[in-house]
Amino acid sequence: MYDFDFIRPASVEDAVAALATDPEAIAFSGGQTLMPAMKQRLASPSAVVSLTGIAALKGLRDEGGRLWIGAATTHAQVAREAADSYPALASLAGRIGDPSVRARGTIGGSLANNDPSACYPAAVLGSGATVVTDRREIAADDFFEGMFTTALEEGEIVTAVIFPRPARARYEKFRQPASRFPLTAAFVAQFDDGVRVAITGASEGGVFRWTEAERALTGNFAPESLDDIAPPDAEGMISDLHGSGAYRAHLVKVMTRRAVANA
Amino acid sequence: MPKDGGIGSSPKRREDIRFLTGTGRYSDDINLHGQAYAHFVRSDVAHGRILSIGTEAAMAMPGVIRVFTARDFEGAGGIPCGWQITSRDGSVMQEPKHPILAEGKVRHVGDPIAVVVAETLAQARDAGEALEIEIEDLPAVIDMRSALAEDAPLVHEDLSSNLCYDWGFVEENREATDRAIREAAHVTTLELVNNRLVANPMEPRVAVGDYAAHSDESTLYTTSQNPHVIRLLMGAFVLNIPEHKLRVVAPDVGGGFGAKIFHYAEEAFCTFAAKALRRPVKWTSSRSEAFMSDAHGRDHVTRIELALDADNNFTALRTETLANMGAYLSTFAPSIPTWLHGTLMAGNYRTPLVYVNVKAVFTNTVPVDAYRGAGRPEATFQLERVIDKAARELGVDPIALRRQNFITEFPYQTPVAVQYDTGDYHATMDKLLEISDHAGFEDRAADSRARGKLRGFGISHYIEACGIAPSNLVGQLGARAGLYESATVRVNATGGLVVMTGSHSHGQGHETTFAQVISDMIGIDADMVEIVHGDTARTPMGMGTYGSRSIAVGGSAMVRAAEKVIAKAKKIAAHLMEAADSDIELADGRFTVAGTDKSVAWGDVTLAAYVPHNYPLEDIEPGLEETAFYDPANFTFPSGAYGCEVELDPDTGEVTVLGFTAADDFGNVINPMIVEGQVHGGLAQGIGQALMENCAYDENGQLISASYMDYAMPRAADLPMFRVDHSCVTPCTHNPLGVKGCGEAGAIGSPPALVNAVLDALHRGGHRVDHIDMPLTPARVWTAMQG
Ligand SMILES: Cc1cc2nc3c(=O)[nH]c(=O)nc-3n(C[C@H](O)[C@H](O)[C@H](O)COP(=O)(O)OP(=O)(O)OC[C@H]3O[C@@H](n4cnc5c(N)ncnc54)[C@H](O)[C@@H]3O)c2cc1C
Repeated sequence: MYDFDFIRPASVEDAVAALATDPEAIAFSGGQTLMPAMKQRLASPSAVVSLTGIAALKGLRDEGGRLWIGAATTHAQVAREAADSYPALASLAGRIGDPSVRARGTIGGSLANNDPSACYPAAVLGSGATVVTDRREIAADDFFEGMFTTALEEGEIVTAVIFPRPARARYEKFRQPASRFPLTAAFVAQFDDGVRVAITGASEGGVFRWTEAERALTGNFAPESLDDIAPPDAEGMISDLHGSGAYRAHLVKVMTRRAVANA
Repeated sequence: MPKDGGIGSSPKRREDIRFLTGTGRYSDDINLHGQAYAHFVRSDVAHGRILSIGTEAAMAMPGVIRVFTARDFEGAGGIPCGWQITSRDGSVMQEPKHPILAEGKVRHVGDPIAVVVAETLAQARDAGEALEIEIEDLPAVIDMRSALAEDAPLVHEDLSSNLCYDWGFVEENREATDRAIREAAHVTTLELVNNRLVANPMEPRVAVGDYAAHSDESTLYTTSQNPHVIRLLMGAFVLNIPEHKLRVVAPDVGGGFGAKIFHYAEEAFCTFAAKALRRPVKWTSSRSEAFMSDAHGRDHVTRIELALDADNNFTALRTETLANMGAYLSTFAPSIPTWLHGTLMAGNYRTPLVYVNVKAVFTNTVPVDAYRGAGRPEATFQLERVIDKAARELGVDPIALRRQNFITEFPYQTPVAVQYDTGDYHATMDKLLEISDHAGFEDRAADSRARGKLRGFGISHYIEACGIAPSNLVGQLGARAGLYESATVRVNATGGLVVMTGSHSHGQGHETTFAQVISDMIGIDADMVEIVHGDTARTPMGMGTYGSRSIAVGGSAMVRAAEKVIAKAKKIAAHLMEAADSDIELADGRFTVAGTDKSVAWGDVTLAAYVPHNYPLEDIEPGLEETAFYDPANFTFPSGAYGCEVELDPDTGEVTVLGFTAADDFGNVINPMIVEGQVHGGLAQGIGQALMENCAYDENGQLISASYMDYAMPRAADLPMFRVDHSCVTPCTHNPLGVKGCGEAGAIGSPPALVNAVLDALHRGGHRVDHIDMPLTPARVWTAMQG
């Protein structure tokens, strides 16, 4: 690790101000992505602006039938407290990493980072959730812009995510054997006005919606509805030590089917 | 019934109290007054010419004490290799220099180029980044076949090629083997890869060098499985320090698995730098460094052919292996694919002709050396895979085919030099089928089918050779060291005693097991016995722990030393009771005169030895301390039957290990609980190799599985509850305890059983897949299923 300053503001305004005054400063939430990068000297912020001291960024609450989750809420808390209000989301959160990762890692950090193999982006895109920041609201469809890239501007902080609550939903994750992140995972959610299917882990473009499957499932929310649909094109899928693009494309269909079957 | 705490009972491991309460003392716990920190700057390219190393800016950084490069080691030797192999044409292997820090060229990612020593580790790392190192990239050789091509770039330009040696074994068998294969009724051929592994002990390597100016003595604290070997290699061959001025301490060591046998550059560096700087110098490996500087394991590419006659008797076996040495020869590297691999190629079977050819190859990768099992897993894997394939081709039961060809008479002279002393392979096979409920398998397979899954059962029957010996033989085979073991038994005046063993425990539980043996021999409480290991200043010259040799060789040395102690104690007892030596018996800690009620306690005799007022001083010396060096007459040959039951998800290719059964013959067992623990650990590593572990390089020599994000380690949840049994016992015929060794068995026998099980599942599902190379990841299995 290189030397850095540690700033722990108590309000979003102070955090935004701290980030604005120093272009080398960086937001720091659970640290589960940032800390390993800093320890390996791959990240060298002049200052880290911790978000975990800001009460307004934490917790879960009902907002007119939608589920509001503060950006600095840990995976463990979501796993516990969304179990009734949004079971598919709670189940996803409860399968991220291991207990120590879940005790520190946060939803805001996961979304801002937008790892192509992260779990939460699938839930946010698959639910059509809204990402709230210190300055605006961003629809999920506009938030994710490709591997490790989001619509966030320099110094912009995610403050919350608001999830509409589907009738049925399910997250199915096929683990990469080493990291146990998703090798490919599918989040499926059925709403009154249609079905959304979001896939993570598979594409070089990061999380994406599998629209053919959405159309078929909107007609009939059953695994068989996918029988006649080809998996997405293997071109553009991630190909690495753990699986080819063709394998990932195949898994997209298998995981989506399972998510529908278990929703 | 075994005596409470004695041989055959399972007292809890006494060392676990300190390990589990955080009071163990590992090398990294050692912090010396005035200690400085070393940071190794390593190559990030696989092959390159070092044009320049600018140290000025780094030297000016805060806290920097000194920057070392190869130039500082001009007087020092290279890191020696402990084994020399002779090629088929009679020439000795090509043996390049292995410098402490890269000289002129870097030859693998992780090759150390320079070392910064500073007041703190952070300062050393900062200064490391300020070094100005200019490297001209050279084309890397990674794949072994391309490394042997005519025009391949040379890893070492002073060698004629990238071929280290071309070994034939037994060369006299070659023509007859070729002929038998030509004339066979059936020949089964298989090409396979034994995947490269990283040992990944929980504790990374550490070296702390210290120098005492007043006595001119150097001390090295290091994470080693064999401190005496390090002292000899480093003192005599690298740094030119005589043994009496060099002490090597390997305190608590958190796992070795082979990777901590070898002498490493960092050890020599810290010892050297401590003297040069007159300050203790410490290096602690990071996990990332461990991936690119600990010796790797396995990495063989093999073609094997098994010939059978019309009655399915094995008639000949021929194998051709390319063995990766990496960029330099690590301490034991040349011996692994040869003497620890070729000699086991007969397996448990009566195959009259066996011929093994091994070409060892230099590549721009981390050096490869022994990893749990070392050579024997590679031999077992090929053999047990090709037998399964032959059974399938011939349409016979793989268990019956094995049984038909089992060796049943002992001693058995194999065609590959070694002679098995005992064994009963049918017994272990019977035991396996019984405890794995093999009879119920078809019902379980039907249940899996009903759930859309494929179930398979796979078997392997391994033989291992432990306690490699005797020294005069291994000397002829190219070993540059002896392979005996030593022990001193020092009895104290009040009857407690200390055993100083040349073996080393890094998780195996010697402190418990060795004490059990002594406790049994004398009839005293095990608490009266202290086992000391891991310090050249306290133990006699010994060879350390690897190759499942500790109880078979080190335990035997201890028994011999204890026998000498007891013989002398009997003389003292005879004197005290005014009887003849030959009439004295020792049991339950008392000496009695046979046929009388006259007795003296153990403690009375030991006191007399040190307070010799009433003592036969004219016949024997006072004191009670004896040393023995034990050089075994032969290897020991544990064997066993392993069975694996898997369920395969045809949608994803994912394999779940539902059951794993091990029926081993380890000869006599000292502590069954510890033996089971050793088998469990070995199985976890073998299943890890077969299912998920894979050390991978890209074509440019970048290590792409360089962290746990990409190198898959098995976890408890990936493993079933193991069923292990060691009730089949044919005691070793040539060591005093009748023991064979159990440390590596699990890792040797398990990979082929698992792969055979997956292929069985696939065939049951109608997928005609002949072979899948390890690890059998979901992606690989699925891809194989696509045809
Ligand atoms: C061993 C291990 C296993 C894991 N397994 C999984 C897994 O299975 N699935 C999975 O999805 N993830 C996994 N993760 C990642 C984990 O979920 C992280 O917690 C998550 O990716 C980042 O969240 P964080 O709060 O720790 O963010 P941090 O590490 O603190 O920050 C990450 C990035 O986001 C930025 N940032 C953080 N908060 C905000 C904010 N509110 N607004 C704007 N920018 C912000 C930071 O500046 C930084 O660039 C794993 C991590 C580890 C260490």
